[in-house]
Amino acid sequence: MTTGSIEFGLNSFGDVPTDGDRTLSDAETVRLLVQEAKHAEKVGLDVFSIGEHYREGYVDSAGPVLLAGIATATESIRLGTSVTVLSTNDPVRLYNEFSTLDALSNGRAQLVLGRASQTQSFPLFGYNLEDYETLFEEKLELFMKLQREESVTWSGTVRAPLTNQTLHPTMRPGGIPTWIGVGGSPNSVIRAARYGLPLMLAIIGGEPHRFAGHVDLYFRALEQFGLPRQPVGQHALGLIADTDDEAAETWWQAWQPLVTQMGRERGFYPPTRERYDLELATGALFVGSPETVAQKIVRMTDELQISRFDLKYDIGGLPVDARARTIELFGTKVAPRVRELLAEREAAADASDPGASDPDASDAPQPGGHDLYPIGSTHA
Amino acid sequence: MPDTQPTALVDAAQPTLPTIGILGAGKVGTVLSRLLLAAGYRVLIAGSGSPAKISLIIDVLAPGAVAMTASEVARDSDIVILALPLGKYRSIPADLLEGKLVIDAMNYWWEVDGIRDDLNDPRLSTSELIQSFLPASRVVKAYNHMGYHDLDEGPAPLGTPDRKAIGIAGGDELALADVAALVNASGFDPVLVGTLRDSINLQPGSELFGANFTASGVQDAVARFPSTERGLEVAAARAGDELLSAT
Ligand SMILES: NC(=O)c1ccc[n+]([C@@H]2O[C@H](COP(=O)([O-])OP(=O)(O)OC[C@H]3O[C@@H](n4cnc5c(N)ncnc54)[C@H](OP(=O)(O)O)[C@@H]3O)[C@@H](O)[C@H]2O)c1
Repeated sequence: MTTGSIEFGLNSFGDVPTDGDRTLSDAETVRLLVQEAKHAEKVGLDVFSIGEHYREGYVDSAGPVLLAGIATATESIRLGTSVTVLSTNDPVRLYNEFSTLDALSNGRAQLVLGRASQTQSFPLFGYNLEDYETLFEEKLELFMKLQREESVTWSGTVRAPLTNQTLHPTMRPGGIPTWIGVGGSPNSVIRAARYGLPLMLAIIGGEPHRFAGHVDLYFRALEQFGLPRQPVGQHALGLIADTDDEAAETWWQAWQPLVTQMGRERGFYPPTRERYDLELATGALFVGSPETVAQKIVRMTDELQISRFDLKYDIGGLPVDARARTIELFGTKVAPRVRELLAEREAAADASDPGASDPDASDAPQPGGHDLYPIGSTHA
Repeated sequence: MPDTQPTALVDAAQPTLPTIGILGAGKVGTVLSRLLLAAGYRVLIAGSGSPAKISLIIDVLAPGAVAMTASEVARDSDIVILALPLGKYRSIPADLLEGKLVIDAMNYWWEVDGIRDDLNDPRLSTSELIQSFLPASRVVKAYNHMGYHDLDEGPAPLGTPDRKAIGIAGGDELALADVAALVNASGFDPVLVGTLRDSINLQPGSELFGANFTASGVQDAVARFPSTERGLEVAAARAGDELLSAT
């Protein structure tokens, strides 16, 4: 099932790029992000988001500050996070920062809450990784109360209690768009549904269609909680260049050393070129020419029913020019092409028997979630 | 389309298949449930809390599996797979697993378990640790080294060219044979990689960790292990330990 409307976001973790044989300084990278956000706006992308990391090679540690700078340099693009590490943030502070950002940007603020795939913020701010679940659960409860209620009374174990507290500047009624980012844990999917919050699937490896079950789980959980359907988005990594070969080579040069380093830290061996090629062909990497990437995104709208697609375009050591080219092609070629393909299909579906299957989807592994996981368990 | 048979009928038709219990209803637990249900096994599954908490997850992600408490799963299953965070191993109902075959699919993952020296000791494999926590059970290591998405995408019928392999490790011949049969039924080639002591070659830091290899690929990696950086580190730590305990 597709609908014609889809949003496109550009995600950055503030990865430090190269320029020729020079690596940019942290400060230069911070300023580059402002330029890239302006570029994203100019080519018509809908959202610019940054992550939250605390390690060498990433400059996105002070997200709201950076987004505030971008807010004053842009007009219309919405501004958010690709992941805010809620567990190690104070929800009250977070509210203040994002209500200020929303005011400053005239209603353009949003965010994705989740657990980053990196966890440096825990020791840095004095939290225990083992407490992750409790921290996230309690802080989400408080943060949503702050956004949804005028005056908040709350008590828990992870911060001081609040009594009839109102924060300023106050947010728009109901709060700002708040997504829950998930990386595959079914429990997190249920949590997003419980709060009626839209779901952002962070898919960074393997075949995306294996998340179809999670999407199904999400919709069924919303139903069970008596809540209306919410959008599903996908966060993916990739690079767009004029040709498939150029994209594949450029990305590999930066991706291979990065994943090797990650593997060293977590105890797995780096992927082979063969595995990489598979990730490009059928896996989670959106690396290729505009047509290749557009086709792949259209497939995601089938398999995962997404109505938002976020591309993380920066990985450490990527040349600034390649980043700029990705932004340009994403906005001017990929986004319109995806919309065109979706509109064509909708027109075709309208014209033909509504029960007929979509010809474009015939080579997709398993459209939708229902075919993959037929419902029919013995217990409810 | 034929009706799916109720679980009871399937069981009656294949009376020899053991009931599989899975502790952990997360990424790995739900994938393993699906694989084993597809192979015709009866599957019981638990998270850390009440069955109600996971019933929707199981309904959608592993329909046919039965959600229970961890104690019920341990009690009612013939073979129990550990698919919970390793850092929580002390919450496993050890007494209910006495005499049972237990498959350890757990890994030390510091981003979940926190920094734990006891789980990251080159002298002791984590499955040896689990075996000493479950002294009256027969522990076999399996299903730990492959990423859950590869487990999900990988199953293939026996004899398929390039069928992917799962390394298994243990000391009890009969238990190993049972686990090999299970791995096979779930769509992978079982490859014996050694004893529980050797199973450190399946843990984080080894070439096999994260590997999505065929049987010969797994065998090659096992053969290479002693000469890898990690293999040498393990050997040195263990030699030092033996020297100490000898004096
Ligand atoms: N992720 C992988 O690719 C992968 C691959 C191979 C092996 N492994 C290993 O498999 C294990 C599970 O990993 P995962 O990725 O599936 O984690 P996960 O998605 O976080 O799931 C963990 C599950 O364990 C449950 N649990 C916690 N304590 C329990 C207890 N005392 N009894 C029963 N269930 C309990 C949790 O339930 P609650 O939510 O109720 O706490 C949750 O359902 C880990 O040891 C991991 O290292 C992971």
